[in-house]
Amino acid sequence: MELTLWTYEGPPHVGAMRIASSMKDIHYVLHAPQGDTYADLLFTMIERRGQRPPVTYTTFQARDLGGDTAELVKKNIKEAVERFKPKTLLVGESCTAELIQDQPGALAKGMGFDMPIVNLELPAYSKKENWGASETFYQLTRTLLKEKVTYSEKISPLRWKEFGRRPKVNILGPSLLGFRCRDDVIEIQRILSEQGIDTNVVAPLGASPDDIERLIDAEINICLYPEIAEASCEWLKRNFGMEYTNTIPIGIKNTIEFINEVHKKLDLPLTNKKELENKSKLPWYSKSVDSNYLTGKRVFIFGDGTHAIAAAKIAKEELGFEVVGLGTYSREMARQVRATAKDLNVEALITNNYLEVEDAMKKASPELVLGTQMERHSAKRLGIPCSVISTPMHVQDVPARYSPQMGWEGANVIFDDWVHPLMMGLEEHLIDMFKHDFEFVDGHQSHLGHTATKTKEILNSDEKKEKNSKEGIIWTESGRAELIKVPFFVRGKVKTNTEKYAILRGIPEISDETLYDAKAYFS
Amino acid sequence: MSKVEFNKETGPREVFCGLTSIVWLHRRMPDAFFLVVGSRTCAHLIQSAAGVMIFAEPRFGTAILEEKDLAGLADAHEELDRVVNDLIARRPEIKTLFLVGSCPSEVIKLDLATVAEKLNKRFLGQVRFVNYSGSGIETTFTQGEDGALKALIPLMDSSDEEKLLLVGTLANNVEDRFKKIFKNLGISNIESFPPRQSTELPKIGKNTKVLLTQPYLSDTVRDLKHRGCEIISAPFPLGIEGSTEWFLAAAKAFKISELKVHEIISPLINRAKLALESHKEILKGKRLFLLPESQLEISLARFLHNECEMDLIEVGTPYLNKDLMKEEINLLPDNTKIVEGQHVEKQLDRVRESNPDLVVCGMGLANPLEAEGISTKWSIEMVFSPIHGIDQAADLAGLFSKPLKRNQILTSKTLVTH
Repeated sequence: MELTLWTYEGPPHVGAMRIASSMKDIHYVLHAPQGDTYADLLFTMIERRGQRPPVTYTTFQARDLGGDTAELVKKNIKEAVERFKPKTLLVGESCTAELIQDQPGALAKGMGFDMPIVNLELPAYSKKENWGASETFYQLTRTLLKEKVTYSEKISPLRWKEFGRRPKVNILGPSLLGFRCRDDVIEIQRILSEQGIDTNVVAPLGASPDDIERLIDAEINICLYPEIAEASCEWLKRNFGMEYTNTIPIGIKNTIEFINEVHKKLDLPLTNKKELENKSKLPWYSKSVDSNYLTGKRVFIFGDGTHAIAAAKIAKEELGFEVVGLGTYSREMARQVRATAKDLNVEALITNNYLEVEDAMKKASPELVLGTQMERHSAKRLGIPCSVISTPMHVQDVPARYSPQMGWEGANVIFDDWVHPLMMGLEEHLIDMFKHDFEFVDGHQSHLGHTATKTKEILNSDEKKEKNSKEGIIWTESGRAELIKVPFFVRGKVKTNTEKYAILRGIPEISDETLYDAKAYFS
Repeated sequence: MSKVEFNKETGPREVFCGLTSIVWLHRRMPDAFFLVVGSRTCAHLIQSAAGVMIFAEPRFGTAILEEKDLAGLADAHEELDRVVNDLIARRPEIKTLFLVGSCPSEVIKLDLATVAEKLNKRFLGQVRFVNYSGSGIETTFTQGEDGALKALIPLMDSSDEEKLLLVGTLANNVEDRFKKIFKNLGISNIESFPPRQSTELPKIGKNTKVLLTQPYLSDTVRDLKHRGCEIISAPFPLGIEGSTEWFLAAAKAFKISELKVHEIISPLINRAKLALESHKEILKGKRLFLLPESQLEISLARFLHNECEMDLIEVGTPYLNKDLMKEEINLLPDNTKIVEGQHVEKQLDRVRESNPDLVVCGMGLANPLEAEGISTKWSIEMVFSPIHGIDQAADLAGLFSKPLKRNQILTSKTLVTH
């Protein structure tokens, strides 16, 4: 049993719903009690979808349990098929139905329908949402394509040359409730088409079962979100020999690397290599003198695997930040995140507990947090600027404007989204500096609102309280006066470091000089 | 009883389960913690239904069952013990811990009553443990509150003191208003259940006169009766009419004259009628379809028809206790179609066929209906907004007039010609 106050991921059947709702002509019969219908609002409220998810909940009740719940399943399947006439039917169960073992998938297959039926077995007590989405997409792909395996030749990534046409690729992984998927797809398709590469199928987002059957018309697969698509890409590779890409085109370097990888796999000459550097404003904006102050900014990163790893690379190599924390809630991506963290000389944080993340954030004393909506709240409590880079989705993560994370425009969006909160942080510092000017005296509201003030009050009151700290160290008047002059966003760190230094050197009283000694010692 | 038409329907539903009521219960009793024993689905449901992120450590959580807990029951009991110990160590300020059963815990027959009993002995004098089920195989949405309150009744001491007991969660400001009005009427001993502190449970007995503020408390009412309480039969205090009847019923139980009641509440009524006018203008003659969710539907239908002059197409309710709803049903217009239960697909067919001006429904259905050109009001807002009492009648009407008004603004012809 695990005590959970809040969870980054939903149960695996919500992952299955993400696939079903992303697609056309599919219906999902979910053996589940009435309360599970809450999941519909994730799509209709967060994504503002104008259609209900294509899901029928069997709605079994306690009084049904003594009787024939299997009959109830069959009745619902029959009604759903008659009403919605899907081209492919998904059948599965949620956590409670898993316990009563009606095997709805097997029941559906025995009902004599001529459409393909995908039996989803998603263990609710050990797996989570992204795994469920991945498994559903994989089972669906497998069900619709398995018959073609036997008589299909191995797909050569070079066959477009024989066919005398432009190369064709599939874009796999984008789904509803995935971070900025809607716009990433447009951006990536645009980039590929500029390079003379056509998109065969985008799936699951917007695809129909017919499109899934057409996947093998392409030469290679673009695995855009490995959390969702890697299992399917791997199956297509094993059974049809279709190659797939590994690079996630988030950030300039990765986008260029991605374009290189695609060209290499297709054996397509890359003719505009020089141009690529100038496709986004990020490199120049980052190089312009205005961005000098970004150097070495301490950044704490937490999110899903794909976005956290990409963020770490951009932060370090493209914006010149210092990554002081990196973590993910997706256990499936733990290995990759650990490897990236090791390269950055930080310890990876793999957890589903947001309070642990908040603690780690506090300890790392970053100047910028890149996280999920939950880290945005934690950062707000701590008075640290934050930008959201990953799911779980919030209505704010589905902006009206075009706002991808991938490709050239994605890099532009990232530059703005990450740097603006920092500029606001700088503004905060200026407000702090000028707060004694008469213009600012009367309740100036900064973007952090009351939180920032409160944080400062807490810090100040902490300083008073801890005048005589646990280790018996005393802050003298001059020491305290100097500490107050330190910009608030590094004050906590300076205070801790100075005390650490004082203990190390056996200094009982911290004066302004001790503070500067400590500063020199730690620099 | 007016000649209303009763129908029952079964099939796939689109409603919340009883766990959802934790969202308002934990705010009502800030010294209590609600620990759901369930699955990741339960945890995800509560955080999604609340529709907000957590701004600090919440006073609710889920002990998520894992595969190893399902292997053997003894194991699960020990695991729950461990989780509770950790929780109490972390949150020493908790006075009452509700162990809340869920669909999976009910199906594996996890005996939360025995667990609660054991824990009560161990934490005697520190934390009280209460258990109830909020599972979706037994409860819909507001029925979770019914379960929680019922579970508290055995902890309430007996007293023969005469008192008025308001039963059902109210917004604090509304509760204060009600108490003030009752005091003006001459009823001085008034208490609320649930109280604002879980440890300050009212004493009950044969001179306790129970006045329900919410229509979804069937089980609680039954147990209060068993403890000798007198249940005052009345409509619910939604709208001017319902609230007036509600005050009158309470006054009658305390032998206070009708005249006195009218004297006290007449100025309130006049003020409220005035405030209601602008909303009535929008709502009048508009056709309303209520989908089942909160059990407030019948009272809302009564208010929106009798006071706002809306036409009722269909009034859905997840569950109907005809006895408890007797006074409400009497106030409904003849031939009102009440449907208990749901077959969501068939019901939506009826929605489309009947071409309503406004549909009251859950959040899963609101945007899809809006996309079809049908204005909606989310039912969950009724349980989060202060809507009870005469003073709130216009606010209550406003919840329904706003979507219509908005629709009018956005579809206005002037937009096109600009």
